[in-house]
Amino acid sequence: MNLPGSGILKGMAVTAVNFIGSFLDRAHAKRLITEQYPEERPTLVETSRSFPFLVFDGDPEKGIRCTACKICEKECPPQCIFIVKDKDANGKPILRPQIFDIDISVCMGCQICVEVCPFESIRMDNIYEVSAYDRFETLVLHKEQLLKSNVYYRQIHPTEAAQTDARIEAARVKKAAAAKAAAEKAAAAKAAAAAKAAETQPEPTA
Amino acid sequence: MTALTPEFVLSRIQAALPEARVELVPNPSPSGQHALVVDRQDALQVAQFLKRDPELLLDYASNVSGVDYADHLEAVYHLFSIAKKQGPITLKMRTGDRAREITVPSLTPVWKSADFQEREAFDLFGIRFEGHPDLRRLLMWDEFTDFPLRKDYIAPDDYAYEPTPHGAVIQKAQAHLSSVAHPASSPNA
Amino acid sequence: MSFHPHNSSLNEVNGAGALDVSLGPQHPSTHGVFRMNVRMEGETITKLQPVFGYLHRNHEKIAEANSWLGSMPYTDRLDYICPITNNWAYARAVEQLAGIEVPERAEYIRVIVGELTRLQNHTAFLGFILGDMGAWGSALMYAFREREKILDLFEWLTGARMMVNYMRFGGVRCDLPVGWLEKARAYVETYPAFLDEMEQLLTGNEILLARLQGVGVLSGERAINGGLSGPVLRASGVDYDIRKVDAYGVYPRLSFRIPRGTVGDCYDRFMIRLLEARESIQILQQAFAQIPAGPTLNPAVKQRGFKPPVGEAYGRIEGPKGELGFHLISQGGDKPYRYHVRPPSLINLTLLEEMCLGTKIADVMVILGSIDIVLGEVDR
Repeated sequence: MNLPGSGILKGMAVTAVNFIGSFLDRAHAKRLITEQYPEERPTLVETSRSFPFLVFDGDPEKGIRCTACKICEKECPPQCIFIVKDKDANGKPILRPQIFDIDISVCMGCQICVEVCPFESIRMDNIYEVSAYDRFETLVLHKEQLLKSNVYYRQIHPTEAAQTDARIEAARVKKAAAAKAAAEKAAAAKAAAAAKAAETQPEPTA
Repeated sequence: MTALTPEFVLSRIQAALPEARVELVPNPSPSGQHALVVDRQDALQVAQFLKRDPELLLDYASNVSGVDYADHLEAVYHLFSIAKKQGPITLKMRTGDRAREITVPSLTPVWKSADFQEREAFDLFGIRFEGHPDLRRLLMWDEFTDFPLRKDYIAPDDYAYEPTPHGAVIQKAQAHLSSVAHPASSPNA
Repeated sequence: MSFHPHNSSLNEVNGAGALDVSLGPQHPSTHGVFRMNVRMEGETITKLQPVFGYLHRNHEKIAEANSWLGSMPYTDRLDYICPITNNWAYARAVEQLAGIEVPERAEYIRVIVGELTRLQNHTAFLGFILGDMGAWGSALMYAFREREKILDLFEWLTGARMMVNYMRFGGVRCDLPVGWLEKARAYVETYPAFLDEMEQLLTGNEILLARLQGVGVLSGERAINGGLSGPVLRASGVDYDIRKVDAYGVYPRLSFRIPRGTVGDCYDRFMIRLLEARESIQILQQAFAQIPAGPTLNPAVKQRGFKPPVGEAYGRIEGPKGELGFHLISQGGDKPYRYHVRPPSLINLTLLEEMCLGTKIADVMVILGSIDIVLGEVDR
């Protein structure tokens, strides 16, 4: 049988050790320190995600990867994406978004749009200071605000961006090889056809 | 999981309660959880037997859910045996016509765990559990009249914020906001 | 007299010395927007009715309108203290429904993140229950300090501290980052020392013993009948752990013990979390040693436009709070026909009144705290 009150004293010893230890623990092995936000900014881990953005290569108008296929709009669980396909002067739809809106007051940052995008076009940003006074005007991000360059993407998610770039490069090489093979095949077929035609044609008489 | 097949449970029920109407409904999914559909007149008796029978000892009604099929409602019970570490056995009760015959017997007297879950099924599907000790709405408020999880439920259009950001919705939402005419609604004020 | 505390003023006395009080929905120690209508005679509880629905979002209706994959991030928001196990339960139910194989490495990753979740849930519980007893401060701060470190691991792995959206049908979304396993292993090695410290701080404390022992006693038989599950069920002396019974994933390859209570009071429910946390460390250490290399996602499963075969399934796992199950019905479409969550937090409250009757009002908070509920899951 313990002395009455000894349990409380033991507990107080633990709090004392923690209290004094937190001053001595300079290596931060155990204690966690309150960040002095906003003077001190948190260091985000690479995978950290908040809201989606659209990646473009080079020029924001020409280099936009999005083809307005609307897969992300369909898959988005809270349905916060709205896309309208662009049209050329003749009214024919072209593979580019005219409107691309994301309502970040609805978006829950689940990353499903990123996973389903077949064109490596939508990616997760890691911005976190997005508070605004107006729910409709400022929290609905339009295409111009969403477009960010691939250089920026490489800065915030280097590993993921390198993988994406490698995939795009591989696809480009494959496509070029396929095009080259197709061209060679077409050329070969043409040559063969020409040869066949030459064969079937009667020998010109001298 | 130890094998306790619905076929075996059915044979036990038929041996003990020959007049009870219980039917085995196969489940085509790879899960292979075939269901026993019991007639609502015999359900309480069958449930008591399932809990008591020394071969089955289904003492744990883990899950109760309501399902809305176009022509009838269904209460689904997933039963386990903690004593024998077996399960699950799927027990179903069907209501008749959805408009008038929405009553099935409550199994709360047999398994207390069905208490809140039957209230939930009543709340969201409108299945009446006869013999339930305290059948009130669980999640919706008492004055609410509809049953939200029924397939034919129409959500009321009386909210300001809608989950898409395109132009028509913004206009509609703003119209709604101004129609509410709430002087304190402007965050800038 | 009708039982409507919101209609009666505090001064009004109902019947012979009975007073109806509405506890909540915003009381700080009621773990969220939970409300109880209690009738007291003096300070003794004679009737208690939980009132639900303040956090009701109709999760199940939303799921019926979403694709199968689209419900995965919503499951994070059920029990937001342990989102990864919610993901796991949903993924497991879908895997049963569609007969999907999970690669071995993915199963190990699931066990590792699942047990880390259990560890941080039980740690947070130790802090919360002290808060329920009025001891806001040290215990909760220590608990949250350790929970923070586990959440940092989750953030590194999934990109989010709580809303992880990590599991997929037939595996997990991404492989462990380089160095994650070493960091997690080193961290878990420090955990027994922390638990020792917590035990020294709490388990011998006379005030804590007086507040917990003999309060809210529940027999095993009643616990089974009331559908209780998880630590609350085992604290009443019932040997039932779904990790052992269903033997899902790679749990059969890992050796661990199932702690059980003998009395079924709040103290047993408190101690069982400490003991389970120690068993989780055992499991984690074995999983770290055994985890093989290999794929983390079954390549045969199409996540986008996923369409399981017609049928239904009930899949469950042993979540930190109890049996977390999903009842899914597919009619072959790209959306669930019916999606039902079996929330352990809600069903563990079934016997709250039974446990509280005859106790003092101050004990109600402790009993509620010992059940360990999260309102996101109770109300869905």
